[in-house]
Amino acid sequence: MSIKVENVNYIYGIGSGFEKQALKDVNLTINDGEFIGLIGHTGSGKSTLTQHLNGLVKATSGAIYYNGQNIYDEKYNMRELRSKVGLVFQYPEHQLFEETVFKDVCFGPSNLGLSKDEIEERAYQALKNVGLDKTFYEQSPFELSGGQKRRVAIAGVLAMKPDVLILDEPTAGLDPRGRDEILDQIALLHKTEHITIILVSHSMEDVAKYVGRIIVMNRGEVLFDDIPKKVFKNYKKLEEVGLAAPQSTYIMNALKERGLDVDTDAMTVEEAATSIIKALKENGGAGDD
Amino acid sequence: MGIVKTAKLVYEYLKHDEEGNVEAVNRAIDGVDIDIEEGQFIAVLGHNGSGKSTFAKHINALIVPTEGTMWVDGLKTDEEQNTIKVRQTAGMVFQNPDNQIIGTIVEEDVGFGPENLGVPTQEIWERVNKSLESVHMTEYRHHSPNKLSGGQKQRVAIAGVIAMHPKCIVLDEPTAMLDPNGRKEVIKAVHELNKKEKITVILITHYMDEVIDADKVYVMDEGKVVMEGTPREIFSQVDKMKDLRLDVPQATEIAYELRKSGINIRADILSIDELVNEVCQLK
Repeated sequence: MSIKVENVNYIYGIGSGFEKQALKDVNLTINDGEFIGLIGHTGSGKSTLTQHLNGLVKATSGAIYYNGQNIYDEKYNMRELRSKVGLVFQYPEHQLFEETVFKDVCFGPSNLGLSKDEIEERAYQALKNVGLDKTFYEQSPFELSGGQKRRVAIAGVLAMKPDVLILDEPTAGLDPRGRDEILDQIALLHKTEHITIILVSHSMEDVAKYVGRIIVMNRGEVLFDDIPKKVFKNYKKLEEVGLAAPQSTYIMNALKERGLDVDTDAMTVEEAATSIIKALKENGGAGDD
Repeated sequence: MGIVKTAKLVYEYLKHDEEGNVEAVNRAIDGVDIDIEEGQFIAVLGHNGSGKSTFAKHINALIVPTEGTMWVDGLKTDEEQNTIKVRQTAGMVFQNPDNQIIGTIVEEDVGFGPENLGVPTQEIWERVNKSLESVHMTEYRHHSPNKLSGGQKQRVAIAGVIAMHPKCIVLDEPTAMLDPNGRKEVIKAVHELNKKEKITVILITHYMDEVIDADKVYVMDEGKVVMEGTPREIFSQVDKMKDLRLDVPQATEIAYELRKSGINIRADILSIDELVNEVCQLK
């Protein structure tokens, strides 16, 4: 089970005089059960790429294989692909519309021709999986807080039982705790439900903390595709393309330059603190008192 | 009296049932007393629903107090004859740049505000030139806004506000939708306006590292101001910030972790450079 992107090119507005190549020879394999961070500056092509993965946008050339089948084959069931590869757009709470939270989450699966019991069962499960308390189920989604609304919207996609979940900046506009809660929940889903997760994010700290692999897009091309530690080693190159590394990466590199033997791969607060303590102790410095 | 001052400010949302009867009263702002000096760079932090955006909308008279008073440059915002003057004094920039840009060409968009104020044509152009200059967007003046990056669009939105010659600008999460570079550009532009043009800045954000150079930080919770002080005073209280659903810059948090492990390092570190210097002294 995997998604394979082969030599994909995508050109906007062919022949209009405003032609723009949004994707350029993209080759990727996304394996089952991965947790991937997709980063890139505004206009780098990352959203266009995600829209290709569930068939919303068709490549100008190249092919995409979902579980070995070419999604551009005439006989390919695009409808099924869209239920298997769930896409949560930016500010998904703007798409809530039903009278109650529960009805809103039922909307997706009720279009799949399932029985009423099955639909409700899926909605319960999805709401449970995003950690929304039962007391909210019969409330209007419009009365909830920003973070709660976003959970409802994500549950709406989860109720389709996707194998792959793509989230486009799911934490934009949320307070720090709200960010952590949503991402912890997504990480839990990844672990317990074995859903492949593709997280589009502008927060390098978030990406560093959660994902196992980072794909960096720049000008429609894949610039880096590796484990986070290796990608963030290229922090100077990342800055050139409008991105950055987590603060910890900068701190560790600066300390190393000043002669303290710390681990420059440390990306999170915990890793950085542990490495600094160790280095100070080895140095016979203040760490012991 | 400062440029923005409140006394016992209260704002209540009324919730109506289907018949239009008042079902519940939600107090979004609950007794806020603040006094912001002209020329300061102020940051307002608080979790979603803490009341900070509601507070921001008061400064621009988009909403007026249920109880208490808000003065902008000495004018009461709830008196209708002051509304236009208040909005000219305090300009607002919102989260989504696409919702704030109406012109088809950058310079026309920036000129829209002063044109509505009845500013003479010659002066409009002077203001447009200067505003674009101040956010470093002059080279894009003939571009279409929809071809710009998020950070560039947001700087055009700021230029549009500056062209109205406000004494104060209020920015409500201006970087929430931007990539790291866009965020840096916008925060740098706002700091420059504050330093060079002496414009009072009130910045609302969820990114803690954007706050470290502010003169003063207010932290809101349940409609009240629960903490106020310099960034150092605020961020050194790591546990309290986390209890309020907020965070501290990573450099501050690393220092906090080091202190917990018995390392004698200052608690009020804010920046990467400070942390690096302090740690190197311990070697």
